[in-house]
Amino acid sequence: MKIGVITYPGTLDDRDAQRAIRLAGGTPVPLWHADSDLKKVDAVVLPGGFSYGDYLRCGAIAAQAPATQEVVKLAAQGLPVLGICNGFQVLVEAHLLPGGLIRNEKQHFICRDQKLRVENNQTAWTNLFDKDQEITIPLKNGEGGYIASKETLKMLEAENRVVFRYLDLNPNGSMSDIAGLTNERGNVLGLMPHPEHAVEPGFGPDTDIAMRSGTDGLKFFESVLKALVNA
Amino acid sequence: MPKIIVEIMPKQDLLDPQGKAVANALSRSGNKNISNVRIGKRIELHFDTEVTDADLENAKALAASFLSNDVIEDVVNVFIEA
Repeated sequence: MKIGVITYPGTLDDRDAQRAIRLAGGTPVPLWHADSDLKKVDAVVLPGGFSYGDYLRCGAIAAQAPATQEVVKLAAQGLPVLGICNGFQVLVEAHLLPGGLIRNEKQHFICRDQKLRVENNQTAWTNLFDKDQEITIPLKNGEGGYIASKETLKMLEAENRVVFRYLDLNPNGSMSDIAGLTNERGNVLGLMPHPEHAVEPGFGPDTDIAMRSGTDGLKFFESVLKALVNA
Repeated sequence: MPKIIVEIMPKQDLLDPQGKAVANALSRSGNKNISNVRIGKRIELHFDTEVTDADLENAKALAASFLSNDVIEDVVNVFIEA
């Protein structure tokens, strides 16, 4: 299974995302933002970073890129898409997901291992989690405060589209503790924390068992491979 | 050179951290009568030819779609500047 990873100017975590895909058993395919050819990949990851230096608004210029526009088209046909951090901001700016992301409530850039609750395990990227499972993956962002209108929040809750919620502590002032959400169809997932940084023992978050042994992020990529095999 | 100016402000009910920091600095330097500061964006679209009504309409559409995000910002003005 081929999973594309788009690199924009200013992207940081494309190599980590490719590595995560490889560790999960998939074949990562590097994609370039200016190229509308997605090379027939089976799924796409929009990685974290600071695309276009966060000019205009985080993710706004990347949302206009030829590769992103192609992703928007194919997402409507069911292509699994995962937006991580800046990738989440791109998905929001490309209107694949509703709402917006603003500067963290306390104005600081935050970097920590973050506990999350899996609220929806029916998406292409979360089907190997249990409902209400608690996971820990790194979070690192400056503009991760999720906001949306009252109507949008109500709709997201009613349609079970909040996929992850922050546990123990809401790091950035996100409304309803929202860390990640999906589209109507469940193929597009955007979240602020970084699953691709928790995929290999020795390099992940600390767990009760051992330091840096957390690999909860790997399940995101294994989930999409499972979804693709079953599709 | 004719220009179209697009002015964008963060929504009233959202915290504007830049504005707040500037307001604090102004207050410290003795400007006690300035009660609040909000900082927005002015975007200039330059044209080599005369600006038409169609250009202005197009600029308004761009202002609402790409240049601003209506979840967090308001377009307060789009106008031609000679």
